[in-house]
Amino acid sequence: MEYEAVIGLEVHAQLKTRTKTFCDCSTVFALKPNIHVCPVCLGMPGVLPVLNRKIVLYACMLSMAVEGTIENRSVFARKNYFYPDLPKGYQISQYELPINKDGIIRIQTDSGTKKVRLNRIHIEEDAGKLMHNHDGTSFVDFNRSGIPLLEIVSEPDMASPDEAVAYLKKLRTILLYLGICDGNMEEGSLRCDANISVRPKGQTQLGVKSELKNMNSFRFIHKALEYEIKRQTDVLEDGGTIVQETRLWDEASGTTKSMRSKEEAHDYRYFPEPDLLNLEVTSALLEEARKNVPELPDAKAKRFVAGYNLPQYDAEVLTASRDLAGYFEDMVKLFDKPKTASNWIMSEMLRFIKDIDTGIGSFKVTPAQTAKLLGLVEDGTISGKIAKSVYERMVETGKEPDGLIKELGLEQISDEKEIQEIIKSVMEKNQREVLQYRAGKEKVFGFFVGQVMKATGGKANPSMVNELLRKNLKEVK
Amino acid sequence: MKEKINIDVKKVAELARLEFSDDELKVFSTQFQAILEYISQIDELELDDVEPMASPLPGPQRLRPDSQEKNTADTPEATQKMAVANAPGSMEGYFVVPKVIE
Ligand SMILES: [Zn+2]
Repeated sequence: MEYEAVIGLEVHAQLKTRTKTFCDCSTVFALKPNIHVCPVCLGMPGVLPVLNRKIVLYACMLSMAVEGTIENRSVFARKNYFYPDLPKGYQISQYELPINKDGIIRIQTDSGTKKVRLNRIHIEEDAGKLMHNHDGTSFVDFNRSGIPLLEIVSEPDMASPDEAVAYLKKLRTILLYLGICDGNMEEGSLRCDANISVRPKGQTQLGVKSELKNMNSFRFIHKALEYEIKRQTDVLEDGGTIVQETRLWDEASGTTKSMRSKEEAHDYRYFPEPDLLNLEVTSALLEEARKNVPELPDAKAKRFVAGYNLPQYDAEVLTASRDLAGYFEDMVKLFDKPKTASNWIMSEMLRFIKDIDTGIGSFKVTPAQTAKLLGLVEDGTISGKIAKSVYERMVETGKEPDGLIKELGLEQISDEKEIQEIIKSVMEKNQREVLQYRAGKEKVFGFFVGQVMKATGGKANPSMVNELLRKNLKEVK
Repeated sequence: MKEKINIDVKKVAELARLEFSDDELKVFSTQFQAILEYISQIDELELDDVEPMASPLPGPQRLRPDSQEKNTADTPEATQKMAVANAPGSMEGYFVVPKVIE
């Protein structure tokens, strides 16, 4: 029997605010434990939470970006459980009435654009951090306690690990465009849990799901989902049943492992947080949110295709980061050949950039310098090949291309006399090949081009070399 | 119509990490029952047109700006010292607790 997977993702995005959710402690990462704490985020008795306005603003911005619904009135709730990283014994979250509902994230699949629906986005606070020791104790650090999170819950609309990763990448790109989360998965500012089940192809009823945790990179998420689809399919094919449970991805073994937790662990007994009144979103705040939502990746890609006549593929590569898209646009303002600029960015520039989200700002070569370099290729000052080596030096030094070309003596030789001289000496040194060519062995032509280029250090104008060589080789003296 | 509401006091106690003797559980059971019966009077009212209320206080909640207003004269060391001052166990600025692995 053929099986299909049904995947939904729950993503926690840490928000880039200066202060925590309910107190004004700093959110800056600290190596020393318990230095960004106060009675509120330590859960001391008698303290009262006061919500940070910026979090509401960010939630509204995200909701607008994914075409969701912003609720006029939402309610905070207590999620009750005991764990040493949770000082109050409950986490303040939103339950029945979250701030945002619905929404759509578009992903590209083999069969075209697919809309993944969002169920909800809600505000909650992060817990502290635990470090386990070998002597039966754990250390607790509450610097992270109370840092704001948005939980973004999708509908089970994804059918493969590829789609799940595409969704997560798109969501991350949107968060980065909005500038509300730094998107770093390794450091945990973007965390992803997956609900996954399989069912016989064509069946409408959902299978029993497992919840996967502990996947802190796109690669791990892909591997964990792939493994879990196979595991569940094998169980069903052997006539077994899937148990609803939480499973942890274990990178060392490449498998998911059951977290046998007590049943009662999931009895959170949510109830409205009595310390916080209803959250109302004012029209002033909505207006501010609207102003802060920039042009988003989908719209930008569409504009790049229509306005610069770029292929869809190029548009998507360039808009995968807001900085990169800006770099491209700055470049074509000075160099009016968008496809040439796009090719250069994709095949040359991106070789030097490890992370397109953080690497563009600190990249030594400016858009104007790259535009100038491409202009020098266009007007024949240097060949495309030399441009690549000049570019490597620009990346290292940040120097201007024209200066570097002079410094390195790399200007293209377009002087007919000079090229003619070189051709003459090459022909004299290779008389056997000249005879071969004249006897009809045309393949030898490439050999001569190579020799001339070698003699000029690759600087000779290629089309002039071709033209003059043909002329000289034909002549019988 | 009044239904008898069954409440598992033992489970509630476990969730709250509280331990009681069987006699105490019996007493609580009776008391919880009485509370729930009292509250269940609401069921007798016609409430279809009443919007659910999350808080008896008039809203909305006040928001604070995303800025540090606290007295920042406290050094990190002083903050850390204050944090763990009353902890049963601490070391190098950390709270120390018995190891719990979920
Ligand atoms: Zn605090």
